[in-house]
Amino acid sequence: MTPRAAVTGVGYTAFTRRSERSVLDLAAEACAAAIEDAGLDRAEVDGVASFMVMHDSVPCQAVATVLGLPSQRLLLDVDLGGQAPCYLVGLAAAAVKAGMARNVVVFRAMNGRSGGRVGTMQFDGMGAQYRYPLGYDAYLMYVAMWASRFLYETGGGPEDLGAVAIAQRAYAERNARAVRREPLDLAAYLEAPYVVEPFRAADCTIEVDGACAVVVSSLDRARDLRHPPAVVAASAYRAGPRPGLDIGDHLLWGDYTRNYTSLLAADLYEKAGVGPRDVQLAEIYDCFSSTVLIGLEGLGLCGRGEAGAFVRSGGTAADGPLPVNTHGGLLAEGYLHGMNTVAEAALQVQGRGGDRQVVRHDVCAVTSGALMDGSALILTADR
Amino acid sequence: MLPLVDLESRGYWDALRRHRIVLQRCDACARLRFPPMPGCPYCGRRGHTEVEVRGRGRIYAMVRVHRALTPAMVGEVPYVVAVVELDEGPRVIARIDGDGSAGTHIDAAVSARFVDHDDWTELRFEVVA
Repeated sequence: MTPRAAVTGVGYTAFTRRSERSVLDLAAEACAAAIEDAGLDRAEVDGVASFMVMHDSVPCQAVATVLGLPSQRLLLDVDLGGQAPCYLVGLAAAAVKAGMARNVVVFRAMNGRSGGRVGTMQFDGMGAQYRYPLGYDAYLMYVAMWASRFLYETGGGPEDLGAVAIAQRAYAERNARAVRREPLDLAAYLEAPYVVEPFRAADCTIEVDGACAVVVSSLDRARDLRHPPAVVAASAYRAGPRPGLDIGDHLLWGDYTRNYTSLLAADLYEKAGVGPRDVQLAEIYDCFSSTVLIGLEGLGLCGRGEAGAFVRSGGTAADGPLPVNTHGGLLAEGYLHGMNTVAEAALQVQGRGGDRQVVRHDVCAVTSGALMDGSALILTADR
Repeated sequence: MLPLVDLESRGYWDALRRHRIVLQRCDACARLRFPPMPGCPYCGRRGHTEVEVRGRGRIYAMVRVHRALTPAMVGEVPYVVAVVELDEGPRVIARIDGDGSAGTHIDAAVSARFVDHDDWTELRFEVVA
């Protein structure tokens, strides 16, 4: 039988506004916690993978050094933001299946609030000159730009965006790690001023200092470890045509109402041997509320223009037909660039979701990324 | 903040300084493109000719910024930034005159104007009544 891979452990630091610690210290803590959680000896970990934006983190080599890992078969640093977590887990799984490494720890670490804040960094690249001098100067504006067109074409409105933030806040109330835990209702949502229309503060992720990591192992090894495996049934990355000159350049993208999820969905489901109707929960990358709606439709979990009504009806709540972003999402748990979204997916599939554990958790779709490119996983129970 | 002009974009910025909008047209497939770049994003070929466009188009998508995220823009809020689809095809990013309160909406027709700053000229649009 073809070798398979699984997520076997997850690790976190606390998510804070000011860690007063080095990014390397945070990275090492989360990676060590994930390895310990998996039940592996550190000597068995022979791969480290991570991502950073504008050098806001540390190289994998440094983490391997600080953790005292004896021998590395895979060290993978990529220059990507929130598109990366599912991609790196997929690459780690491929490496494990190919025998290139045995156990790979994938992490994201940053002082994302007290240090460099990705949302307002001026990205390098040839597209930057057309944006920053205009005051079109933050990632939230780019996602808001897409959201404006999405709402226009699908007939959606503020209540649709608000429903995402409200549904996820309800999960965050049950998540001690979440940064935003106070209840949110529609009246409070609508009363708040716009930041960048159509987004209010509750539509935007909250930046934090912290780190998160997961361990990917072979399924054979996983079956002997501490927790039930979260099998990596499929992974996919896709950048569509004309993805732009840098991560903020969306001018050549044809359709702002559809992102990479529309492009990779068929491939993802075919590899996993499941369809959208089989998906029992989803963890959808949500640096901003609109990307949940676009992702639900892109993955075929809702029909075109139907995601807003689905979320408003409670469809993504814990007792709904498709729980979504059960940790509260990046909107409420904190902006670990979706590494925490993958970790939450693994916890849910493993049945370790605590107070927020959903009932049906055998097939979970996970995504990473918001606009032109991104990645996704299908995680399943060992079946 | 000044645009960080590079070898590909110099012609575009120089033309704006003369109050003209000049874009690249692929010599192989004849499609216009923006931003300027060394190969055609539609057919992949090198080789282009600079052509002038009229500066008329429609708003494809837009945001209204209520809270400035950089100090330089604090005095400008609320302001509108839009992706404008030019009649000739390419999309550009630009501010739309005004605070977006009346007539500024997706699909509204817009017309270019030029705002001269000390060291560069900004392409801006106004809604066509």
